[in-house]
Amino acid sequence: MLRILLTACLALLPVTQASAADNVTQFTLDNGLQAVVIEDHRAPVVVHMLWYRAGAADEPPGQSGIAHFLEHLMFKATETLDSGEFSRIVEANGGSDNAFTSWDYTGYFQRVAADRLGLMMQMEADRMRNLRFAEEEVSTERSVILEERAQRTDSSPSALFNEQMRAALYLNHPYRVPIIGWRHEMETLDRDAVLAFYNRHYAPDNAILIVAGDVAPDEVRTLAEEHYGPLEASGIAPRSRPAEPPHNADRRVHFEDPRVPNPYVMRSYLAPERDPGDQRQAAALTLLSNILGGSEATAVLPRTLQVDEERALYASASYNGTNLDDTVFSLFNVPVPGVPLEEAEADLDRVIADFLEEGIDPEQFARIKFQWQAEMIYMQDDVGDLARMYGAALTSGLTVEDVQDWPEVIASITAEEVMQAARQIFNETPSVTGYLTAPDL
Amino acid sequence: MFRALLVALALLAALPARAQVDIEEVTSPGGITAWLVEDHSVPFVALDILFEGGTSLDPEEARGATYLMTGLLEEGAADMDNAEFAARSESLAAYFGFDANRDSINVTARMLTETRDEAVDLLRAALVEPTFEPRAIERVRAQVLSIIDSNADDPGEIASSTFYARAFGNHPYGTDEEGTTEGVNALTRDDILAAHRGALARDRVHVGVAGDITAEELGPLLDRLFGDLPETGTPLPGDAPYGLEGGVTVVDYPTPQSTAFFGHRGLERDDPDFFAAYVMNQILGGGGFRSRLMEEVRVNRGLTYGISTFLVLFDHGPMMLGQFSSSNDLVADAVEVLRAEWADMAENGVTAEELEAAQTYLTGAYPLRFTGNDRIAGILASMQIGDMPITYINTRNENVRAVTQEDIARVAARLLDPDGLHVVVVGQPEGVD
Repeated sequence: MLRILLTACLALLPVTQASAADNVTQFTLDNGLQAVVIEDHRAPVVVHMLWYRAGAADEPPGQSGIAHFLEHLMFKATETLDSGEFSRIVEANGGSDNAFTSWDYTGYFQRVAADRLGLMMQMEADRMRNLRFAEEEVSTERSVILEERAQRTDSSPSALFNEQMRAALYLNHPYRVPIIGWRHEMETLDRDAVLAFYNRHYAPDNAILIVAGDVAPDEVRTLAEEHYGPLEASGIAPRSRPAEPPHNADRRVHFEDPRVPNPYVMRSYLAPERDPGDQRQAAALTLLSNILGGSEATAVLPRTLQVDEERALYASASYNGTNLDDTVFSLFNVPVPGVPLEEAEADLDRVIADFLEEGIDPEQFARIKFQWQAEMIYMQDDVGDLARMYGAALTSGLTVEDVQDWPEVIASITAEEVMQAARQIFNETPSVTGYLTAPDL
Repeated sequence: MFRALLVALALLAALPARAQVDIEEVTSPGGITAWLVEDHSVPFVALDILFEGGTSLDPEEARGATYLMTGLLEEGAADMDNAEFAARSESLAAYFGFDANRDSINVTARMLTETRDEAVDLLRAALVEPTFEPRAIERVRAQVLSIIDSNADDPGEIASSTFYARAFGNHPYGTDEEGTTEGVNALTRDDILAAHRGALARDRVHVGVAGDITAEELGPLLDRLFGDLPETGTPLPGDAPYGLEGGVTVVDYPTPQSTAFFGHRGLERDDPDFFAAYVMNQILGGGGFRSRLMEEVRVNRGLTYGISTFLVLFDHGPMMLGQFSSSNDLVADAVEVLRAEWADMAENGVTAEELEAAQTYLTGAYPLRFTGNDRIAGILASMQIGDMPITYINTRNENVRAVTQEDIARVAARLLDPDGLHVVVVGQPEGVD
């Protein structure tokens, strides 16, 4: 039950919605708190989530990691609850709780019996404004996040490599900074800094409430008004971050680490994200990543490089369109032992060039479209997933309507639109190409 | 890949007496049994299939055969090669998973109601008629070798693998499920065929089903899926003698943070003190921030990001295990705190408040487990392979509530052995030897 650092995991899941849009209702409190209710009455369970439109990309320069540090400290003492008591009460009620931080959001959730929803709201509203930040807790918890960085990042060559790749891709946008933070800055994070971040970003008009499960919308509204309603709006302005300049040059990254078992090459491009009312390009890129890398046996890259030519252990593509600002489209190739990375890179170039020449296999395109329809059914099985999908979308600047339109937008994309998106990415966008290798001995 | 079957998972299986989940036992015309939870609100069905045995069936000269065989099931079956098989499952939007662990092979499936019959035929082909084509074998062999390579560079994997090797020696439990580089390279197609014949048999299959299907529809489906499998499989291995003394093993590995994997013998699920041990583990190092070890090692001292313990119910050698990571300069302190907590609980048991909090949590969390067809199907299959009665769900919370401080003191004194605790540390720890 450790705090989760949410990185690109969401990106890999097809993001879609419950087909029954009438399960989903929304309202906004007078203080600006936006709320979404997703009904599922199959089990007496509710997922209560509070998302803040504040993540690692909203941190002041020099304070990397502070959004995630605050997420940890949110489990410490408030005016009325002792340190750790929040989780103790959740547990005592049979529930589980956790939190996660990404570049665009920080989220807190509990999964409990449906009749405990009011208690969860009461405690979540309390820690939105009443955290105490005891000095000694701040310093102990700073060791914990440094240990977390050691465990998740410093121990993993591919995590360190990803960090370098991102920093090279984004020239100006704060997406270049890792969510966990750069170690030298994490070491300096103190009470004043984290308190300032908290006061600035944690307010009802900067939050989104998602309640999913065995609840009725009216009941949720009544409880939300009771617990969240009294909180004062902060009048925070919409987010505006430094934007990327045009990328005019290809860049290269070579990261060496003796712990690398299988060297690989990765190429990343800056790519457009889903925008409110304008999701076609992102939908085309989503389908493009499915076509190139979605299935290990039939997608273009693994089919060619892993199966037919047996030159790769793993080849794939990735894209996550649910982002506030410009996102990333990436290609990967982990060659079989003996194939140098220069050749692995040339293999990627060749497969993409052939794809641009030959276009999309219509049968594959039909299968992928059908899988998207099926995903709409499968996804209804887990209200936690649905809640997470709405939360990620709404904190990335999208609306409930955008989320509900998304499957139709996907379904309506033509092969030609996908190819156009492919040409734009692969022919017109400068990229960052990275090698991860072990040093020669 | 797939790790031990943890008690924490197996015991997810339970509901209060007035559960909203009704389990029905379905026996097919051909005599195959499955447990079913019907729910028609979302038009798909989830299947969870466990074949008892798993990688512990591997003979000494063919370790890794079961793992490689399992990885090949969807790589070509009947008249389909792997790409045709994948294209077929994609066109049906059916999802299959094939995993092998020490005690079982786990096959999972999600099938839309509208394409279910075709999806069942496809899954049957994978189970009954895999082709094990030489090219597919070489491809999957390369993938397994690459997994073995990455595990050899993963401190957590090195730690657990070292622990199991030292604890179980030549018993199959002593070898990673994947086998070794040398062993996997030596596996022949005949080894794989033998592993298939020996592992996927009707006398050791356990099936959990949840979702949009009726008992009448399920019976024939079971016969279609499993009817053509052999009646009996390879005999299960004997008990795994645990041969590890207390102490510390350091595996030198260049990393700023050490990873520790620790433990000693555990107890069986049918032990009279099993529930007491289960509640005790929850208090000592079970999930959440409230465990003693989390409190002492993480919260009060900042020595780790996370530490946990678990009862591992290996069929032939149960254990009480745990893990954490700490910077090289902190790991010695963390080990010291760990041993002190181990000794304290062995000697003094738990407080009434701790016991009550753990019981409240465990019994309250219980009904929350039963959401989602996949999870329910998984729970049903785990219950069966664990020999739990179909009524287990109705009594589980009572069993947890019945545990007393005296029960925990007794089982803690018997089970927790601070001197027998062996800690494998992978890294370059300071002040540990």
